[in-house]
Amino acid sequence: MQTWSLVSICVLLGVVVRWGVSLNSYSGAGKPPMFGDYEAQRHWQEVTYNLPLQEWYFNTTDNDLNYWGLDYPPLTAYHSWICAYIAKIINPDWVELHKSRGYESPTHKLFMRTTVLVADLLVYIPAVVLYCLYLTDGSSKKKVSTLLCFLLYPGLILIDYGHFQYNGVSLGFALWGILALGLGWDVSGSMAFSLALNYKQMELYHALPFFCYLLGKCIKVGLMGRGLFLLVRIAATVLATFALCWLPFLSDPSQALQVVRRIFPVARGLFEDKVANTWCSLNTLIKIRSILSGDSQLYLSLACTLLAVLPSSFRLLTKPTFWHFKLALANSSLAFFLFSYQVHEKSILLAALPACLLLNDLPLVAIWFLQASTFSMLPLFLKDGLLVPYAVTSLAFLFLSIYLLSALDHCSEDELRLGAYNKLFFCLPRMDLARIVRWKFYISVAVMAGLSIVSVALVPPPHLPDLFPVMLSMAAFLHFFGTFVYFHVVQFSGPPSRKSQKKNN
Amino acid sequence: MAAPADSGCWFPALALGVSFLKCLFINAYHSTDFEVHRNWLAITHSLPVSRWYYENTSDWTLDYPPLFAWFEFGLSHVAQHFDRNMLQVENLNYASPSTVLFQRLSVIFTDVVFIYAVRECCRCVQVRKGSRDVLSRPSFVLAVLLLWNFGLLILDHIHFQYNGFLFGFLLLSVAKHLQSQHLQGALLFAILFNLKHIYLYVAPAYGIYLLRSYCFTQDNKDGSVRWTSFSPLRLLALGGIVVSVCALSFGPFVAMGQLPQVLSRLFPFKRGLCHAYWAPNVWALYNVLDKGLAVLGVRLKLLEEAELPRASMTGGLVQEFQHSVLPSVSPSVTLVCTLLSILPAVVSIWWRPRGARGFLRCLLLCALGSFMFGWHVHEKAILIAILPLSILAVESREDAGIFLVLTTTGHYSLFPLIFTPAELPIKVSLMLMFTIFSFTALRKLHSGQRSLLRPVEVAYLLGLVAVAIACEVVFPLSPWQQRLPFLPLLATSVYCSVGVSYSFLRLYGSLLRCEDKPKQL
Repeated sequence: MQTWSLVSICVLLGVVVRWGVSLNSYSGAGKPPMFGDYEAQRHWQEVTYNLPLQEWYFNTTDNDLNYWGLDYPPLTAYHSWICAYIAKIINPDWVELHKSRGYESPTHKLFMRTTVLVADLLVYIPAVVLYCLYLTDGSSKKKVSTLLCFLLYPGLILIDYGHFQYNGVSLGFALWGILALGLGWDVSGSMAFSLALNYKQMELYHALPFFCYLLGKCIKVGLMGRGLFLLVRIAATVLATFALCWLPFLSDPSQALQVVRRIFPVARGLFEDKVANTWCSLNTLIKIRSILSGDSQLYLSLACTLLAVLPSSFRLLTKPTFWHFKLALANSSLAFFLFSYQVHEKSILLAALPACLLLNDLPLVAIWFLQASTFSMLPLFLKDGLLVPYAVTSLAFLFLSIYLLSALDHCSEDELRLGAYNKLFFCLPRMDLARIVRWKFYISVAVMAGLSIVSVALVPPPHLPDLFPVMLSMAAFLHFFGTFVYFHVVQFSGPPSRKSQKKNN
Repeated sequence: MAAPADSGCWFPALALGVSFLKCLFINAYHSTDFEVHRNWLAITHSLPVSRWYYENTSDWTLDYPPLFAWFEFGLSHVAQHFDRNMLQVENLNYASPSTVLFQRLSVIFTDVVFIYAVRECCRCVQVRKGSRDVLSRPSFVLAVLLLWNFGLLILDHIHFQYNGFLFGFLLLSVAKHLQSQHLQGALLFAILFNLKHIYLYVAPAYGIYLLRSYCFTQDNKDGSVRWTSFSPLRLLALGGIVVSVCALSFGPFVAMGQLPQVLSRLFPFKRGLCHAYWAPNVWALYNVLDKGLAVLGVRLKLLEEAELPRASMTGGLVQEFQHSVLPSVSPSVTLVCTLLSILPAVVSIWWRPRGARGFLRCLLLCALGSFMFGWHVHEKAILIAILPLSILAVESREDAGIFLVLTTTGHYSLFPLIFTPAELPIKVSLMLMFTIFSFTALRKLHSGQRSLLRPVEVAYLLGLVAVAIACEVVFPLSPWQQRLPFLPLLATSVYCSVGVSYSFLRLYGSLLRCEDKPKQL
């Protein structure tokens, strides 16, 4: 069969699954007074449509910032504004100022879900298709398999189409950036990534690898000659893109400052809820938030994040290849997730994108990590009433990806790139690392399944109401930390050998 | 999609994949058939057997044969662990989340029968040597065509019915015949038509085939029947199987003296010639011709408008209506037409039996013939032809061409079943997925110089795309939406009926042409 038909079948299947999930409930459905992210997005449409641009980010009589005030960069605001225009044409009640608060109806849900699908079809899905076709190795069948797994990653689908957000747009722009960099179009790549940054500030998780890769490439070409020219061109593109996105806010410095203040709310604390990062997990042992003041928490997390990010970025700077770039993206986003300030459980999606990029190269670990990342958001899904789609999509992803990428067959020590471990632990007797990894995988899947069932079926003891979410986030944290260490080892153990590449195909 | 290892291990992946996909549609729209089956669960669970076919609290009375009622009875014992309230007859239109979950899951789990049947069918397909690529292996293509069948997915898992379970029996019985295990095949078919009597339409094919090819053990040299080779023992075995299954199913009701009541529930001839939405068959064309002649007559002043019977033919619940110009059609006329249409096929397999594949072809023609000429045919019945035709399509080039035309039009004619805007993306994407796969996979399978389709067929299918766009996109935005709400349904069924009739004729042609040059299969 021709590749085009397989690709279109995969894309259509991706659309069907997305739409199937979107038939379910969304965050905050029927829960006044605050509702959830769905209402936040609707509220942004209302605000951007009815208020002049100067008031979008300010607390005014018509714009109560305490009720889902706009706290994303300008591109998100523009996107809401466009959606609001379409909403206005279909039904003006949806975006009427003040009166539309908490508006919910089946038609409106359909409209909102459609906007997510349209955004996905325009930005995210084409990028995934092109990435899998042009930047993964192997036969066309292998490419198509990777494509299907990439498209069916449950975490993103459940958050965007269940919980309700537009992560596909920011991740899609980032992916366009990665794609362009992989194809050698550095200038357009940096533009795409600037767009991603301007859509969602969380994309900063990916910023350092982009910066290091491009800088490293310029240095490699020669900072005194063509490299400098390239650097100037990239810098100019980034500046121009940012200027274009921020143009309406640049006329008045107070405007721009207010936007920045809204985007980076430092006053919200080290972490919220139960997120599977270091601080929250450490909290079960030491109550950091009561020991340290707010500012020192901020500095501590900043220092730790920098420390965690630096090694992989430095490595990328000295070896700016696409392989190292992908790994650095995973490492940097995981470092940010694990150590930075005010992390949400949904931010794991930023680490999931680079993991998806590695599906073809390191199938087992990528699948394992992606599964754990979906699992880490379970409390959120349970709150939103997304249990059935969660169970169905994660099981389907697990089975399909393991089958399609034959992950369990391709896990020799060489293919898992475990050689470095043997060098590190040369004093210990040699073990069959591949088998250990495989067993760890089985156990971890069993643990994830068990914890999922337990947190759904059992009622926690009354004196420990958060028992299951804490256990869940601890388990997920262990997975993330393990993956973080593993990706570092792979990144520092040298480029993939040609031989194992060939075998993979 | 890319199976790395050897054959066979792709099958569980396909089956599991589609089962997971079905689970995603749990919260999708469901039709009144959902309430029908909930009501049947309640009836069979809370009432004694003697009341089953008399109960009429709900409009949706039990109108399937007794074995299906027992099936619902079995399901209701699981249902009570989900939500007891769904098992009360008075709880009309009860659809709590756990009821929905249970009913949907019951469809998904009983599809195991279908999955098993597909596996058996895939075993019967002749494997060509040399095709190492999984994607171009006939058994793989057949598995996808059956397991991922668009019509079955939307009919069972969105619209809500138990067709997968029932088709499981049909395909399994066909597979048994292909494997020459005729008694098992007969048993499965006997169970099937005691589950849903619509399958009686294909009974002539079974009857004649078993009589001719199983009860007569030898043929003459020229292929005609050798009367002396008749084996009464075999006939007795067959008869015993069929009679005992029927006795098991209907026996209790005969004993209670309720047979007439049961039969009156099973065959309600009070319904109209066509279903609320016309199935794409001959009567749809007939109705349109009548309407057209009436309009023309009024225009030319040959007819008085006041004299014409005023009834909108697609007016939802208006069941009986009169034709204005052409003679009205009575149930007996449709019965005669149906019998006439299947007669040549049945005679042909008596005259020149061509093994199990000839039987399959005859079964298809029976299904299609009754679809074309039957009384009050549902558009869903087209699946009885589409699914078994998949088996022939992966084996022969000509059948593949017929399959593509019939499946595309038949599946498209199912579109009006799912009319809610929320499910529109699902039905369009699934349909495209299935169509793209069937076109490219069958083409690859029968790799040759010529295209599988003739130019006329290509033009017709492109026209279908135009009709689809007009009905789904243009029409809802146009001013006619208010005045002529039934226009898209009319256009769909008329356009599709052309394609279905064409496939019917071509299938007949293929049967009769085979007759000239008998081929051993």
